[in-house]
Formats: sequence, C-alpha cells, structure tokens
Amino acid sequence: MTDMSTTPLTQLDRVVIRFAGDSGDGMQLTGDRFTSDTAALGNDLSTLPNFPAEIRAPQGTLPGVSSFQVHFADHDVATPGDAPDVLVAMNPAALKANLADLPRGGTLIVNADEFSRRNLAKVGYAANPLEDGSLTGAGYHLHALPLTSMTVEALAPFTTLTRKEKERAKNMLALGLLSWLYSRDTAGTEAFLQAKFGGAPEILEANLTALRAGHAYGETTEDFAVRYQVAPAAMPPGTYRTITGNQALALGLVAASERAGLPLVLGSYPITPASDILHQLSTLKRHGVTTLQAEDEIAAVGMALGASFGGALGVTTTSGPGLALKSETIGLAVATELPLVVVDIQRGGPSTGLPTKTEQADLLQAMYGRNGESPVAVVAAQSPTDCFDAAIEAVRIATTYRTPVILLSDGYLGNGSEPWNVPSSADLPDLTVTFATEPNDLDDEGRPVFHPYRRDEATLARPWAIPGTPGLEHRIGGIEKADVTGHISYDPDNHDRMVRLRQAKIDRIADTLPPLQVDDPTGEARVLVLGWGSTYGPIAAATRLVRATGAHVARAHLRHLNPLPADLGDLLRRYDRVVLPEMNLGQLALLLRGRYLVDVHSHTAVRGLPFTAAELAQVLHEHLLALAAQEVPV
Amino acid sequence: MTTRAGAAPAPPRSGLAGVPTAPVDVTLTKKEFTSDQEVRWCPGCGDYAVLAAVQGFLPELGLRRENIVFVSGIGCSSRFPYYLDTYGMHSIHGRAPAIATGLATAREDLSVWVVTGDGDALSIGGNHLIHAMRRNVNLTILLFNNKIYGLTKGQYSPTSDVGAVTKSTPAGSVDHPFNPVSLAIGAEATFVARTMDSDRAHLTEVLRAAAAHRGTALVEIYQNCPIFNDGAFQLLKDKDQAEARIAHLRAGEPVRVGSGELAQVVVRERSGRLGVVPEHEVTRSQQVLVHDPHDPDPSAAFALSRLDDPSMQHMPMGIFRQVDRPTYDDAVRAQVDAAVTSAGTVVSLDTLLRGRDTWTVDGTRPGEVEQTLEGEVTDGPIAAAGDALVEEADEVAGADGPRTE
Repeated sequence: MTDMSTTPLTQLDRVVIRFAGDSGDGMQLTGDRFTSDTAALGNDLSTLPNFPAEIRAPQGTLPGVSSFQVHFADHDVATPGDAPDVLVAMNPAALKANLADLPRGGTLIVNADEFSRRNLAKVGYAANPLEDGSLTGAGYHLHALPLTSMTVEALAPFTTLTRKEKERAKNMLALGLLSWLYSRDTAGTEAFLQAKFGGAPEILEANLTALRAGHAYGETTEDFAVRYQVAPAAMPPGTYRTITGNQALALGLVAASERAGLPLVLGSYPITPASDILHQLSTLKRHGVTTLQAEDEIAAVGMALGASFGGALGVTTTSGPGLALKSETIGLAVATELPLVVVDIQRGGPSTGLPTKTEQADLLQAMYGRNGESPVAVVAAQSPTDCFDAAIEAVRIATTYRTPVILLSDGYLGNGSEPWNVPSSADLPDLTVTFATEPNDLDDEGRPVFHPYRRDEATLARPWAIPGTPGLEHRIGGIEKADVTGHISYDPDNHDRMVRLRQAKIDRIADTLPPLQVDDPTGEARVLVLGWGSTYGPIAAATRLVRATGAHVARAHLRHLNPLPADLGDLLRRYDRVVLPEMNLGQLALLLRGRYLVDVHSHTAVRGLPFTAAELAQVLHEHLLALAAQEVPV
Repeated sequence: MTTRAGAAPAPPRSGLAGVPTAPVDVTLTKKEFTSDQEVRWCPGCGDYAVLAAVQGFLPELGLRRENIVFVSGIGCSSRFPYYLDTYGMHSIHGRAPAIATGLATAREDLSVWVVTGDGDALSIGGNHLIHAMRRNVNLTILLFNNKIYGLTKGQYSPTSDVGAVTKSTPAGSVDHPFNPVSLAIGAEATFVARTMDSDRAHLTEVLRAAAAHRGTALVEIYQNCPIFNDGAFQLLKDKDQAEARIAHLRAGEPVRVGSGELAQVVVRERSGRLGVVPEHEVTRSQQVLVHDPHDPDPSAAFALSRLDDPSMQHMPMGIFRQVDRPTYDDAVRAQVDAAVTSAGTVVSLDTLLRGRDTWTVDGTRPGEVEQTLEGEVTDGPIAAAGDALVEEADEVAGADGPRTE
C-alpha cells in the first residue's frame, strides 16, 4: 500500500519484536506474515515461535499464551534475539507471561480491550497495569490501544459477519499497525490472504480491511512519535526465501532422493514438533514422494525399512519418545545393513516432557539407545536453513554406507525460520546409488555366487541387492550373519568379527568428512567454544559479543556426532580450555571426555528455550577470567 | 428352506497382478524354491509340512522367483524365509506386517508374503496385524497357530485356552484367548481363511485362493508343536473325529458337519444366531446357512467363526470371507502417480526449492531486493509456506486439531 505517513522516520540497525497473545489470537500467523514481509524487505532475520502443547488451553490463562519472536537487522543475524525491544501483548496473560523478558525502556503495544476485570483476575492482576502507572513507572513505552474494538469498528460494513468473527481479525489489525511502525510493505501478506481466502471473498475482504485499518491507524494516530526503518542487510547475491527448519529438512530429503535416483518413502506417526515434515512431504507426491501415516512409531520405521529393502529411500520422522519406540527396528537396520534415515526433532524430555519446547537431550539415545553394539551414524543440523544440508548429508551417509543415520534437529530449529539463499540443484552432490545386479563372489567350486555380506573395500558397505534382481535371491534378518555369506551364524569368532566390522564401517565415514572449520580470526584464542546442533546461532552471537570486548575466543561446530571428525582430537588439544554449551546435562561433553581425555567444560541449561547470546557471552568471559587467573604467579 | 448364496462378483484384480511372470520356457519346481540352508525345526514339527506345501505350491504361481519376498517376525515359524530360495527378511518380533506394508507399497512388482505365529502376530504384533488388515495391503499372511510359545520354550500364547497349564501358567492360564478368524473379520480383513498343517490338499487350495486375492489375505494355519503343545489339534487330525467336527466351508453350499445319517448342518435360528442341528431335524423356523464368503456383510462369516470353541465340537475350516475392496498400496501408488501425471511436465527440483515467495539479492547493489510471488509448487492448495505451526489451523479455520502429545 502507498505510504502516506508523515511521522518522522528513525533508522535502526536491529529490532526484536515479540507478538504474544492467547492461543486462539493468531500470533503465530501474525509473526509468520511479519517475518515474510520483513524478509521481502531484505533484512536478515531469525524467528522463535513459542506455543503451548495444548491446542486451546483455557482462554485468557497463562498456560494458553502463545508467542512469536522475530529479530531482524541490517546485518547478519544469528539468533532470534535474547530479549524483545517491542512486546505486542494481546491480553493480560500475554503481558504477564512476557513482561519480565522486556527490558526497561522497551516498547509495549497492548490490546487494552482485553484488560477487563475478569481477564485481569484470571492471571492474578489485582489492578489494571495499564492504568495503575506500574508500566510507565517502570520505564516502558506503553501504547494501550483498543485493538479489538478498532477491528470491530473497521469491519462494521461486513453485516453478515458476527461480532466474534470480526474480533478474530484483530491480529491482522495489529499486523497492519506494526507493518506501518517498522515500514514493512504488506503486499506479500495481502497476496497470502488472497491465496488463502480466495474461495471466501467476504473473509478475505474482512482480513484485508483489518490489515489496512491497522496501517491507516498508524498513519493518522499521534500515539507513535516516530516510526522506524531497518535497512536491508548486505546478503550474498542469490534468490532467497524464508524457510523453517522442518520445511528445509523436508526439501532436503526430496532433493537427496532426486539426486540419489531413489523414490522417497516416508513412514511417520504424528508427533510434535516433527509432524510438519510429514505434512509437507505429503504435499510433494508430484516429486514421487510416498508418505505412509503408520499406526504407531514402530510401524512407521518398519514401513521405512521395508521400503529401503525394496530399494527406496526409507525415511522416518519423529521426536524423542518416538525414537525410543523405534529403537529395535533401528537395530534391525544395523544388522541388515540397509539405508535408513531417522529424523529426530528433539523436544524436552523425559517421557512426554515438553512437547513444544526445545532440547538437545536425545544425543545419547541416538548414539546408544539400542541393545547390543549397535553403531549408527549421527548428524545434527545447526540452523533452520542448515536442516536442508543436514538432510542431504544424512542421505549420503545412509546410502553410501548402507546404514541407519539419525538426523538430529530440535523444536527450535524445526519451527524457527530465517532467510535461505536457495541453492541450485546442479550444485547439490550427486548421490547416485548403484544396486547390485551380478554375483560378487565365487563359491567353493568356483561358480559365481552372490554373497550379501561381501563388503566394499573402501566403505565396508555391503551390496544393496533389491528384490526383483534375478540370481541374487538372499535372506537377511536380525540374527547374526556369517561374514561374507550372510548365513545365520552363532560362531563366537564370527560374531566378534561382525561386531567390529559394523563399528569399523561407521568409523570409515570419518574418512569422507571435510576438515573442521575453526573460527579463530586472530589465531590468538586460547579458549575454544565448541557446539553441536541448534546452539550454533547463540554461540556465534555470544562469540561476537566477547570479541567486541577485545577478548579472543575460537569457535567450532560439529555436524557429525558419530563418527566424530578425525581432526577433532587435535583441535580440542590445541586450546587451553574447551567450553561446550548444550541444552542437556552434558551429553556430548561426556562423549568427548571419554574419547579424547580432554577436560571439556560443560555449560548446560534445559529450560526448553535456546541459550541467549548474553548468557553464553557471560559464560565465556568467566572461562577467560578463570584461565587468566591460573596464570597469575602465586 | 435355504438361503440363496449371493452371486459371485466379477473377478477382481488378482493379488499377483503387476508381478512379472517367469519366461514360458522356464519351469520352476519345488527344488528351485528350496534354499541351501539346513532346516532347524524340531522333529515332527508341523512347520515342515507347511514349508513343503508352500515350496510345492509356489511354482504353480508362475512368477519370477526373484519377485517373491517372504517377511517374517520372530518365533519358530518365522525362520521360514531362510528355507525358501526367494528374497526374504527375518525381521523382529511382531513387526513383519509393518515392514511388509512398506515393501509392498514401494514395490508393486513383488508378491509379498508374511509368515508369523500366534505370539508374533496376535500378541507383540497385534497392532500391526490389525492395521495391515484394515488397510487391506496386498499381502498374504500365513499365521501359524500352535497355541503356545515355542521358541521361548513353552509359555502360553494369546490363543491358548483358558486353563492351559504351561511354563508360565502352572496353575492354568486365566487369559481369555483370541479367535484369530474373529479378530481378522473384526479388523476389516477382506480375506480370512483357516486350514491345517497336515491337510496338504486343503492348505494348498487355501494358499491358491489367498495368493490370488488382491488385498490382505489372512490364513490361519493350525500347526502342531510336538514339544510344548503336542496334540492340540488331534481331534481335527484323527480321521473319525475330524469327520464329525470339521465344517468345510464351500461357497454356495450349505455348511455341513459330518455326513450320512450323522450329518449336521449350520442353521440360522429365528433369533438370528447360528446353530448346528442334525440335517433331518431342521425345522421351518430354521434356515440352513449357505456359505457366501463374498457377502459384503461380514456377520455370517463372523458368526461361523464363533462356532469354534475349545472343545472343537464344530470347527469351520476354509475361506470364511473373501470380498473385494481397494487395497492400500494400490491407492497410495495411484495418488502418487496421479500427482506426477497431473504435473504435466516434470516439476523441477529448483522450482520446488524456490517455493512461491522469493526475493532476489543483486550482488551489484547490496541490499537491493526484488520480490516475486510465484505459483504453487506443492500438490495442495497452499500447503508450503506458513503451515509450519500447530496454531495456524486455529486462526483461519477454528478447527480443533489433534493434541500435540
């Protein structure tokens, strides 16, 4: 829409906005649309949705609060931001649940209509904080606006809509206002609404009207003395889109399937926060994708393994509780040495835990959560867009080494979004798979014969001979197999050999890994901060904060958790101190200490939320101080 | 009076359609289907007879051997695939139907068989079994029922009778058993049959019909375990006893037990329930039941399955139910094929990756962006962009989704 505003513009380099409201208020959609319009403007950005597990917790209560935080800037952004600069609170519960995160001096935009005595009482406010001076007294810039009644008023011409229906568009009015305040173009949202409600012209018009009314209100009100602009970030040339981690992961699987020449068969059982991948893949049938919604987690991985046996790319997606159920079948895939990709979008545990919150506490389950010596490859994604590359890497390892690969993402990555410089398919690795079609050995009498466990010398992978291939009929299964022939074998020496061969095969993967990237610009750092998975963003931001003070800190991040990169041991020993932040109680630290005998300093938190940059910067400063103190001569 | 059997439906698509047949000049025999592995069941085990029947029957299908796959779970009978020179997977306890579902859906050109037992299929794998039958995946499931756990050495199974004294029930089992045929009919199975290890002719006849059936064919095979539950089916194997007890189910014929003077028939009583009465005593209020496995209504088949009780007084054997219903795997493939076909030209991976809402950063002018809104790249109306969040359904439709746990 044309910009008619005369309010003075102030340039900012970065802003963090948090939209918060009741679960039914549409905060996720509002945040999502604001994000898309922000991306279209060319800002770099990162988002953090945060919502309750209940689809509709009781209205107006603290457990029902849903929020969406977006951080956008004229430079590259590593995290969704530690704390919001602006809090949009659609009701008293949203204010109460989020106010503590808003620093003094922050901007508050509040839907005053919802601050009724009843709603205030629901969350334990004795007095109306919009009126008792507590907010302005605390230094917040408060804009208490009647967003609901403004929406109803704007939609007065829509005589066939009920009041309740009109009220539901208040999120669009809020979005319009924020778009004005931060100089966002709403064309993208308008197009989105057109596509979404094209079949319901009145609903479409009502949403557009509310959106425009919010924008117009900003232009005419004197409530806001200034509006803001955040210039586009200087990003590498390319075609961009915003994408969530789960979307990127789904696309990565499809891309890998096409590059491998294998049809993708997903077996999945719905579970938060992984279900989006099932949803997304179920819409991609035209790319030859088959999705099977199984009766349970066990069947889901079983279907995937059955498809792999048949020569497809078998994938299953789940979260921690589902991974627990899949353990035995993953063990079968280890024994049968078939490719299988198991995606774990980690969430808070144990048991049902925190279904919609993030955590990294499934690492040891991924590594060891099976009976027997049962090694699998484990890879982790580090950012929403990186989920694409991690998925391709998981498929590469699974198909090359004929092994299950557990791909670890988490709720923060899965639901978070950021701009993605879309790669060209031509730049993706060639993952072409060759099935066995001929005998690969001679029997005792020198006749050609197929031996399903005769391995490739380089990778130690066994041949993938799929049903339908004449002459290669064979039987595989979970009972120990004789080396080479694959017959049932209970021989002690054979078992020892096979256990070591399966481990050696996984270890061989390290041969193909690129050298670790170490971010140590001056080469003077003595502290290395190491991470894996979704701590990438917070660690990068914390490193920046520490370096801004003139201190030196090096940084490295692991994609591969099993096997670990061959050069990791040397890297760890090169630094006087290694700090490892994890959203668990130190699972990777345990592995590294055992493997390398390096005194890794663990920093852990399991709050269901990503680390803040400030928290990690503080931790790094403490380690820098401690290291310096050791040097002080006594 | 008698009820009329329903007209036989037009022959549906064969369960073997799509599976390549062996070249005409190749005649496969039992030998080609016998692997080089030593069979390791106990002497006298009923599994031997079933294996011999299957090895003898498979050549009759005329399929390419490499396009036949046997998938099994865990238990004595689940060793079956090792002894057949086809493709095979000896999987894990109870999961064979799930694995076979993935395989059969991914590969239309395979004839997929599941071999399982009463513990494997009905206890640990009960969920997968019922869902495979509900979906009607094109599988033939051979359920070896010996009413005991053999491989773990003699504990009672979900088909053991109440009172069964076993290793784990020294005071007698208090568990009420499943009737596998009743269970299968209740689980929407489209083909349900019962046969016996020692009756090779009947077993082969049932296998023939099961293989030809498109959809899940459940074949319960009474199988003797000579070690832990010997003689469980002796009443049905003893020639004289069997004659008086077995009701052979034949489409279009009255369901009859025994013959001659002692012949009994299954009748529908005025109350609707089934009864077994001497043939010459049938009254006007009773209808002799004429077996119709193709009846869309499963109630008669179910009622027949309830004639069986631990005393084996009346034991129906044969095909209880055989109806035509679209299979899961055919339907799944049809959706994918339709999506691929309706796309017209191949949708490039690049189009998919770019999505419908992109902007371009021009390297020559840092920060300069140009937004483009493209057409849809997914199958659905608007599935890709903003649908990542559980909440969204709420705001636009007000629909209640499933809980997120």
